[in-house]
Amino acid sequence: MSYKILAFVESKENKFKSPAFEVVSEANKLASELNTTFEVLTIGNDEVKNDAPILGNYGATKVNFVNLNELNSKSGKSDFVYSQTAFAKVIANYASKNGFNLILLSGSALGKDIAPRISVLLDASYCPDAVDIKIQDGKIISKRPVYAGKSYINLSFNSENIVIGLRPNVFKPVKSGNNSAEVSSVDINSLDIFDVDFSTVVKEIKVSSEKLDVAEADIIVSGGRGLRGPENFNLIENLAASLGAATGASRAVVDAGWRPHGEQVGQTGKTVSPSLYVACGISGAIQHLAGMSSSKVIVAINKDKDAPIFQIADYGIVGDVFEILPALTEEIKKVKSN
Amino acid sequence: MNIIVCVSLVPDSTTKVKISADNKSLDPNGVSYILNPYDEFAVEEAVQLKEKNGGELTAVSFGLDKSKEAVKKAFQMGADKGVLIKPDNENYDSYTVAKNLAEYIKSKNPDIILFGKQSIDFDGLSIPNMVAEMLKLPSVNVVVKLTVDGTKVTAEREIEGGLEILETSLPVVIGTQKGINNPRYPNLKSIMASKSKPIEEIKPTYTGNKTEIVEMALPAAKGSGKILTGGADQVSELVRLLREEAKVI
Ligand SMILES: Cc1cc2nc3c(=O)[nH]c(=O)nc-3n(C[C@H](O)[C@H](O)[C@H](O)COP(=O)(O)OP(=O)(O)OC[C@H]3O[C@@H](n4cnc5c(N)ncnc54)[C@H](O)[C@@H]3O)c2cc1C
Ligand SMILES: Nc1ncnc2c1ncn2[C@@H]1O[C@H](COP(=O)(O)O)[C@@H](O)[C@H]1O
Repeated sequence: MSYKILAFVESKENKFKSPAFEVVSEANKLASELNTTFEVLTIGNDEVKNDAPILGNYGATKVNFVNLNELNSKSGKSDFVYSQTAFAKVIANYASKNGFNLILLSGSALGKDIAPRISVLLDASYCPDAVDIKIQDGKIISKRPVYAGKSYINLSFNSENIVIGLRPNVFKPVKSGNNSAEVSSVDINSLDIFDVDFSTVVKEIKVSSEKLDVAEADIIVSGGRGLRGPENFNLIENLAASLGAATGASRAVVDAGWRPHGEQVGQTGKTVSPSLYVACGISGAIQHLAGMSSSKVIVAINKDKDAPIFQIADYGIVGDVFEILPALTEEIKKVKSN
Repeated sequence: MNIIVCVSLVPDSTTKVKISADNKSLDPNGVSYILNPYDEFAVEEAVQLKEKNGGELTAVSFGLDKSKEAVKKAFQMGADKGVLIKPDNENYDSYTVAKNLAEYIKSKNPDIILFGKQSIDFDGLSIPNMVAEMLKLPSVNVVVKLTVDGTKVTAEREIEGGLEILETSLPVVIGTQKGINNPRYPNLKSIMASKSKPIEEIKPTYTGNKTEIVEMALPAAKGSGKILTGGADQVSELVRLLREEAKVI
């Protein structure tokens, strides 16, 4: 089996950010392991196009650019932001017309939405939420967590085409030099996109707050019922601010109305894998662990030395959050200013 | 309104995962199974749509006999009919499930098809949109608010740091997320009434997985952590460890 890899990357606020670098870096690594080449595909406006050469730093040589306005004009409508059904069709058609049979993309909200459609369009095998991709005897094996991270499976693929979604924040962006990628515009008419492909459109995007979202943060400070009331979450916010972190919460405090649902980490909230997760006054119920156990470094602060959170913590202090959090915030400010 | 809700039976989220001797599956001994929590939101939304618009609600599950429990829970919450698509064994992947659900749904021509956003066993977040693409239907997943007005559909879906407001039309596939509603507790009357409802069994029309599990395993155990027991006095030691050893700050 010979592979030709296509990395689909998204931009955010018209710039490429770490999810794009993660996907390109992994495509670059796989291409060299499989002795093949890879190209990048992206969809955006002119600003995105101007930012595309930066992907060369992570090993991309060619970025194929689809102009979002040209794509949207195929819908016959104008009052919408983008259409995920059309995105799926663009990627599937571009891949099949150009012979790409291994598609990598980020497991972001958009990626998780379009990848199942792409896999059906390409009659492909699909692995969502991959945390590792290996080549064994020339075959691709992809590892993904199941049962909320309590175990994992290694998957092999039966179809000629393969789509793999990469769990965000797990694959490392690897700078391979200071090269600038060549950007090539895709002729929209070559992609066979029609108005029916815009069956679902996004009319508007509402940003919930200016705050960093847990799903995107590299450091998260979370608070639970141990904080005793919503008025004490300034302790969590202050520590988060000193670390440049996002604030998270357990379900207990979200259900109590102390914190917004968007902050909830866990099985019914968000799944996160930051490089540092600080759990404060959180017992570590299995449903909470489901959302954060793949964090690289876990720190627990809890007054109960037997709290389950300590079993998965890399570091921790047994003690009172009301004493420890202010002291910790001060100490971090101190070392950061040095 | 002709409504279909797809429901899945999954191990309770508190299940201690043990691996079977084949190294490819969950050891079912001692596992208790529940209706997938996200599917409860889907059933509730379906029942509310039926209450508002009239019509019929069918709950469908793909799985072995035990999956009837998921359909029964849907009965208790208000589903009218139940269907089990029953394969010969448990070796099926998301594609096979999606393909069979899609074939069944196609034969029924529903106005709306509801799913949970994700099953909590394999966490795929993929079957709703796979089914939608197989049926060439619009879809919105991770929905926290749904409005159906005539054939016009408006949905709010969660994304990183916010919400997307989407517009589409019936027939549509919707995947539900926590927040969309509060699933009802079945009352005694509905529990009793649901007992006599039959579940239609049908054979899969498609077999032929696109992925194979080559291994299932437990994550490598974490080395025991450094837990400091000296309270606030050890804050500077913690920060030192995070800087010098873990190198995360
Ligand atoms: C289907 C289902 C889905 C769920 N999904 C989620 C989910 O997505 N996310 C989630 O988080 N939970 C979820 N839960 C709930 C979960 O089971 C727990 O109830 C919840 O995580 C507990 O939150 P907590 O740790 O804040 O509270 P508690 O369990 O009450 O823990 C509070 C902790 O604070 C400590 N503490 C108290 N005072 C102090 C102090 N002064 N200083 C230091 N420590 C202190 C205590 O020792 C204790 O360990 C779910 C449950 C179910 C059934
Ligand atoms: N075996 C099944 N039978 C019926 N519906 C299912 C089955 N598996 C998953 N689903 C539906 O698809 C949704 C998403 O599942 P998944 O893509 O596996 O995360 C679930 O919430 C269910 O609504």
